[in-house]
Amino acid sequence: MESLLDFSPLVEEFGTILTGFWSTIRLTLMSGILALIAGTILVAMRVSPTPVLRAAGTIYVNTLRNTPLTLVLLLCALGLSDTLQLHLSTDSPTNYYWWATLGLSAYTAAFVCEALRAGINTVPPGQAEAARAIGLTFPQSLRMVVLPQAFRSVIAPLGSIFIALTKNTTIVIVAGYIEASSVMKQMFDDYGGTLPIFLGFAIGYMVLTLPTGFLFGRLAKRMAVIR
Amino acid sequence: MSTSVLFDVPGPRARLRNNVLTLVSAVVVLGIAYLLIKGLADKGQFAGRLWEPFLRPEVWTGQIIPGLVATLEAAVVSAVLALVFGIVFGLGRLSDHTWIRVPAGAVVEFFRAIPLLLLIFFAQAGPATISGYTVSVPAFAAVVIGLTLYNGSVLAEVFRAGIHAVPKGQSEAGYALGLRKGGVMRLILLPQATTAMMPAIVSQMVVLLKDTALGWVIAYEELLNFGLKQIPANFGNLIPSAIVISLVYIAINLALGHLATVLERRSRRSRRTTATVVGTPAAVGVGGGMD
Repeated sequence: MESLLDFSPLVEEFGTILTGFWSTIRLTLMSGILALIAGTILVAMRVSPTPVLRAAGTIYVNTLRNTPLTLVLLLCALGLSDTLQLHLSTDSPTNYYWWATLGLSAYTAAFVCEALRAGINTVPPGQAEAARAIGLTFPQSLRMVVLPQAFRSVIAPLGSIFIALTKNTTIVIVAGYIEASSVMKQMFDDYGGTLPIFLGFAIGYMVLTLPTGFLFGRLAKRMAVIR
Repeated sequence: MSTSVLFDVPGPRARLRNNVLTLVSAVVVLGIAYLLIKGLADKGQFAGRLWEPFLRPEVWTGQIIPGLVATLEAAVVSAVLALVFGIVFGLGRLSDHTWIRVPAGAVVEFFRAIPLLLLIFFAQAGPATISGYTVSVPAFAAVVIGLTLYNGSVLAEVFRAGIHAVPKGQSEAGYALGLRKGGVMRLILLPQATTAMMPAIVSQMVVLLKDTALGWVIAYEELLNFGLKQIPANFGNLIPSAIVISLVYIAINLALGHLATVLERRSRRSRRTTATVVGTPAAVGVGGGMD
């Protein structure tokens, strides 16, 4: 029973754990940036005057949003990479890293798109009407008037998406890339599923997610468009 | 703002331009689709023998449907337990007693801040180590425990938001009539809050259903396991099988999502409640939500 609160595995494996969390951070940042870019393109498609683009955007969002992330990542790793032999790098871990990043960002982009679309809906119609009245075209009014305001009103939801993305990187375990949750699984196999190991990793994730939430919350307040 | 405000009603030149744009984008979209399909075809993924298993009834009755049943079982059991967990801790966070409110808040925030997969791993490996006996937790139980704790915490936030969405005058009127705390909650707040939070609860069910796929990691035999492990093991058709399985997931989730939209529209119209409709709860400390 005295081993129940034994924190020594955490100390012994500290280097491995840090490497694991560093992988988590890299995955989160890279997929976050890619998802933001892809999500912005998707939302432009979904509000454009061209019906084909609108339909394509809608189909993409509905497909990705309703598929489990586990399936998306498995399809990337087992399907595209292993079955179809599409390798993004000759180095095996790098290859799986990029497939995992692509899977995560493809999935997250659908949610970014929906958040931005909700943001566009919060921009008062008068803004877009005024943009049209001074002769701005659709791309111009979107770029200079609507999207800047939409982005500022969705900072908080984007923060939620970013936090969810941080937590979702754990699912990369199915795509064969080693990050914090696979390190925890390995430690459970080596030392048994002790409470200290679980708490250590839980705190590790909270160290990543809680400040992110705090930061985005403050940013949202500071950047809010006063109406 | 509706999207149509973004652009003028097109005149003749704009119509021409829009038509050209439609044509160009159609060509681009079709081009991408063509490249995808050609890429798959070049790798022989459209060979009849890979797709033929899905025409056999025994593949459906023996693998896909049992998988779907296992997925739904895990989803329904955890949904019910998560609702109970959500009610208990949601009401706990609203309590007037600090010694109930603070622990309930800590539990809810803890389970919302950590990844679901960590909970599932711990639920599977923890009991044996901690009790010192050889306890083997079935994969089903581990999935259900993880889903219950995580989604229950999210639902606790939904409940809290739902109760808060009922205008203050309602509970004040209740107290003025001589009701006690329990009576105000049971007779006035809960009935009105329920209508307001139904859409958010149903949306959370979509998240829960998708998360049952995490059972893959600990080898719980659900839809994903049958679709991406067992069927491809028999027929060597991983990609066709993944496509069929994702269509099953998409169909179920679209139906649930549609239900949420219908409920939301109905409760916005409803005169049974004075509360405003509750959105998806924030991830740790910020507004909005995704999973």
